[in-house]
Amino acid sequence: MMDLVTILQILDSTLRLATPLLFACLAGLFSERAGIIDIGLEGKMLVAAFFAASTAALTGSVWLGMLAGMAASVVLALIHGLASITFRGDQLISGVAINFLASGITVLIGENWFSLGGRTPSLEGAARFQPVNLPFAETLRDVPLLGPIYADLISGHTILVYVGLLTVVATWYILFRTRFGLRLRAVGENPGAVDTAGVSVVRLRYSAVIICGLLCGLAGAYLATGLAAGFVKEMSAGRGFIALAALIFSKWRPWYALSACLLFGLLEAIGNRYQKLEILGVVIPGQFMQALPYILTVVILAGFVGKATPPRAGGSPYVKER
Amino acid sequence: MSRLPKWADVALIPLINLLLALIFSGLVVLYIGESPFEAMTIMVRGAVGSAYGWGYTLYYATNFIFTGLCVAVAFHARMFNIGGEGQAAIGGLGVALVALSVDWPHWALALPAAVIGGAVFGAAWAAIPGYLQARRGSHIVITTIMFNFIASALLVYLLVNVLKVPGSMAPETARFPEGARLPSAYDIAPWLGFRKSAPLNIAFLLAVLCCVLVWLLIWRTRLGYEIRAYGHSEPAAVYAGIPPFKIIMVAMLVSGGLAGLMGINAVMGEAERLVIDNVQGAGFVGIAVALMGRSHPFGVFIAAILFGALYQGGAELEFEMPAVSREMILVIQALVILFTGALDNMIRMPVERLFLKFGKRGA
Repeated sequence: MMDLVTILQILDSTLRLATPLLFACLAGLFSERAGIIDIGLEGKMLVAAFFAASTAALTGSVWLGMLAGMAASVVLALIHGLASITFRGDQLISGVAINFLASGITVLIGENWFSLGGRTPSLEGAARFQPVNLPFAETLRDVPLLGPIYADLISGHTILVYVGLLTVVATWYILFRTRFGLRLRAVGENPGAVDTAGVSVVRLRYSAVIICGLLCGLAGAYLATGLAAGFVKEMSAGRGFIALAALIFSKWRPWYALSACLLFGLLEAIGNRYQKLEILGVVIPGQFMQALPYILTVVILAGFVGKATPPRAGGSPYVKER
Repeated sequence: MSRLPKWADVALIPLINLLLALIFSGLVVLYIGESPFEAMTIMVRGAVGSAYGWGYTLYYATNFIFTGLCVAVAFHARMFNIGGEGQAAIGGLGVALVALSVDWPHWALALPAAVIGGAVFGAAWAAIPGYLQARRGSHIVITTIMFNFIASALLVYLLVNVLKVPGSMAPETARFPEGARLPSAYDIAPWLGFRKSAPLNIAFLLAVLCCVLVWLLIWRTRLGYEIRAYGHSEPAAVYAGIPPFKIIMVAMLVSGGLAGLMGINAVMGEAERLVIDNVQGAGFVGIAVALMGRSHPFGVFIAAILFGALYQGGAELEFEMPAVSREMILVIQALVILFTGALDNMIRMPVERLFLKFGKRGA
């Protein structure tokens, strides 16, 4: 049987691995709730990771790195907005282009700046997010069960992990308790009605796309300066698509998004720890664990377990009547 | 409706878009500190300046014709099949299984069997998302993306655990038997200057044949008419008695089958064994190719050769201009998709206005 220490270690790494998924998933949530489908989460995360790591490496400040990452991600988000809102292009095709652009440009510029085969120099000290120890973590460690949980699982993460959890609350509040959120959701369901009410569809959708860019920026910054110590070519490694899967899995709701990201984080954590998993005498290969988020998403999409209904106006550009 | 003459729609606008993509790529090269014109010269010379270059350019183009047709056929039914990558990977598996199943006496027997293997496997991988779209309303784009990842995990599992040669470390199948090796450009036409190393092989002719067959299917058969009708307007198609389920399934099966055929070129013709990542992004290049080729087989053919030249030229570029790495290809590809696909209206609207203005003056 697994002991408490092992379980805590797995859950601890679950939380770390879920954080980039969570940021990207909430980013997609804002965008898709406003009717802009975004399959470019992956690309935005990747450029953010690169610019965060390289700025942190050049300036020695992780915070400047984070800002640079967010800015780069917003630039791509604006390109997506330009294509899908202003020029009413195909949102899916724009997303595909953004992913390629990110894969290419990060390596091209990285090689030009650092000549390390697309990597950035290793980050250390103030150029990385350091673990934050919550108060009394050490004193309470001796309390049975709760002590280790508090000291090892809840305390000792980088600040962005906590920010990520707070973003879930903030997202829920903004979307479901503010006027802006109501309008944002309305524009994803029936933009015509929002327009009739005298609210600008274009402005709302651009705000959603920019929020999406900012959150993807945090996801990428965490990836390169929190989870890892520097940028490596293609380091997002499909996380943007897992986040997209989590978004569908959560049926476009913030709290479910948290559970979906934690679930997918847990799968990754278990997959990292065990090459093969034996449950009741059946050996489950690691590749199956890697594919599981995608399989689960297909099952959800097929409507066998509940029904995932996307925002109704998603993917279609809004044309004002003339 | 379109206010443009046909030549402007199929040639002028794609050319302007391509030019814009090249200008922006040139700016990237300029930023890196190299001359874009010199880079362009190296790429063109490397891709089409010698028989050696053509041997690679047309090999890449063959892959892109298959994946480009795959995306194009689905586009006609107004579906965005982004899963060419996974379908081609599984198609490659089908090709490999056929090639390894028997000790083939001659390639002329192995080729038709492998064509069936690749097409059936590719089509099967596309059939599940197609079915889920037609019967359960699951969005085809999301399911095909998911199926790309599932395909890659499945292939890794099979190569590491099942198909690997016992005792070998490399996750790849055994080399195909002698009788399953396709004639290369050197075997067929050494008088054109192709060398033994050129990966171009007889699969190129198969790709050209597929272009013709797709053209016949889409514009010369009843089924093709139904696919196009469904793509233009689903309610109209339903009203005309065209069943959406049939059209979605047929379009996805043909689409996946075409992607699966890429294995004939890459797996059977070139690698002669199945390796991990046998597709290498060609499935995604198919999207750019179909967009540029306006989903017409002839356009796909031209665009595929253009992208083949881009891939071969990009490899030469990295060799001669080390500051510009191979990823430049991805940037150019991204910009082509962006300008010809997503930002198409940016050029189309002003061009339409110009035509209206001059059209009126002429009348």
